[in-house]
Amino acid sequence: MSTTRTIAGRQFRSYFNGPVAYIVICTVLVVLGFLFWETFFLYKRATTREMFRFLGLINYFAVPALTMGLLAEEKRSGTIELLITMPVKDSQVILGKFLGVLGLYAVLVALTIPYVISVASLGDLDWGPVFSSYLGLFLQGGALLALGLMMSSFTDNQIIAFFGALALSIFFFLVDKFLPLMPASLADFLEFIAFDAHFESLRRGVIAVRDVLYFLTVGGLALAVAFRALEKRRWS
Amino acid sequence: MSDVMIEARDLTKQYGPVYALRDVSFEVRKGEVLGFLGPNGAGKTTTMKILTCFIAPSGGTAKVNGADVFQDSMAVRNAIGYLPESTPLYTEMLVLEYLEFVAEMRGFKGPEARKRIKKVVEQTSLGDVIAKEIRALSKGFKQRVGLAQALVHEPPVLILDEPMSGLDPNQAAEIRDLIRELGRERTVILSTHDLAEVQVTCDRVLIISKGRLVADDTPEELRERTGKANFAVTFAKEGADAKALRDAIGGVAGVASVKQKDTAEADELLYLVRPKDGQDLRASLFRAAVDGGFTLLGLERRAEGLDKVFRDLTTSEAAPLEGGSREAKIAEAKAKAEARKAATDDADDAADADADADDDAADEEQD
Repeated sequence: MSTTRTIAGRQFRSYFNGPVAYIVICTVLVVLGFLFWETFFLYKRATTREMFRFLGLINYFAVPALTMGLLAEEKRSGTIELLITMPVKDSQVILGKFLGVLGLYAVLVALTIPYVISVASLGDLDWGPVFSSYLGLFLQGGALLALGLMMSSFTDNQIIAFFGALALSIFFFLVDKFLPLMPASLADFLEFIAFDAHFESLRRGVIAVRDVLYFLTVGGLALAVAFRALEKRRWS
Repeated sequence: MSDVMIEARDLTKQYGPVYALRDVSFEVRKGEVLGFLGPNGAGKTTTMKILTCFIAPSGGTAKVNGADVFQDSMAVRNAIGYLPESTPLYTEMLVLEYLEFVAEMRGFKGPEARKRIKKVVEQTSLGDVIAKEIRALSKGFKQRVGLAQALVHEPPVLILDEPMSGLDPNQAAEIRDLIRELGRERTVILSTHDLAEVQVTCDRVLIISKGRLVADDTPEELRERTGKANFAVTFAKEGADAKALRDAIGGVAGVASVKQKDTAEADELLYLVRPKDGQDLRASLFRAAVDGGFTLLGLERRAEGLDKVFRDLTTSEAAPLEGGSREAKIAEAKAKAEARKAATDDADDAADADADADDDAADEEQD
């Protein structure tokens, strides 16, 4: 377990040795601030629901930028070989990488707290949905991070990893946006696999087991696939 | 046999129909520095990757320090310090930061980790650059960092993939000394295609070609094994009939072939004489010259360098290729056809040419 933590720690710190973390965090906060505060005063209500909706949307684009290098860059530079030949299991490498980027994501999410505090100071904020929304952000973001890590495990090219993860993100975002055009049986299924539907109820303050399990399952599967992809090098 | 540190049995690695490695078996003993020699793509790196548990063999077994790479992979990893080809490091980290990371990965914490880092920093003379980013270091220093990370857990076995490539001669000499130093109490496998390096650094040489082991010897034995030595004989041109001269030398008992070579001196004739069965012809050549009334200016015995042996072993068309699927042969043949053709031409030329690379270079200058 301690090697997993070591890998996660190195991954987390390495983000701050390069520009990616700063660029992504700054961009997200600026875009979020603009989208949120521009319309905030029109509602004349102290609510953060819109903020979390925007943040959920931004995640689809921002997360692939955080995950693209996780394994692809190590494969390109060859450092993966040193990492993997240390006394460490492949599963620990995957988990460590995931926890490392999850840590960075947590920093990003934590930096939105001042926005929430600002809103709370302007009126009577209902804290219940705020907490469930943060939980939702971690679940939705975590699943996206796992998908991004999976894409990064397929290639040694960061750009490919980025666009692959972006394509997957957009798929899970768009999949329930054309439901009226779909046959009813298919529509139910598509609505179930769409990220937004599950995130939406969490945002409203409803913590349902099925939403939580859904994100955990998607994330878990993606990590399992990433593990297989990493392990495949041994046999091919 | 308890001093066998590395034991490979019939290692085979197949990529689809192509064999990267076929039935390679060898042993390395405690304290041995083993040179792994072969052209690019011969299977050196593949073998190392199997020994370090990075990839699994398609067939055969390998044991390091008594532990099987399959069944007891963690024990193998703990016994090995590995430096992969082209020294991949986390270049954005500071040297110290990186070594701390490695120590932590190897399970060392606190004072124990600091003690070990201090030791490897001294061993590899990294003291002056410890607070620098790895990317800012010269190639030689990066190589030292690579060696340092391989030494943190004081492994009994070091596996170094082309540790000297890309270094300038000074850096290479420093790294070579360091490896020799480290090899005193450790088992070291290093791969290279620099033959001079092998001659000075290694106790034993494995030559691998097209995935097969073609030689397993000490550098000295390897040279003797081929038993080929040339004699360079120089005569004064003045008053000598080239035809008669040639016949006289060719008539000496034990001469296999005679070739005239160009020389820098206009008034000299240089012949390269190849003996049968490696016998010493100097005395008979001298007598033949005296008997024929020729003016002998020089008579020199030249042993063949390791690079000639290497070229012979790794480029011969007769290199074993039996078995395997037809597709494999075709695939391999296609890939290697060009390279092999060029190499064989070289080898033919080289057979006539002088023994060591130095002389080859000299020849080119003369041309």
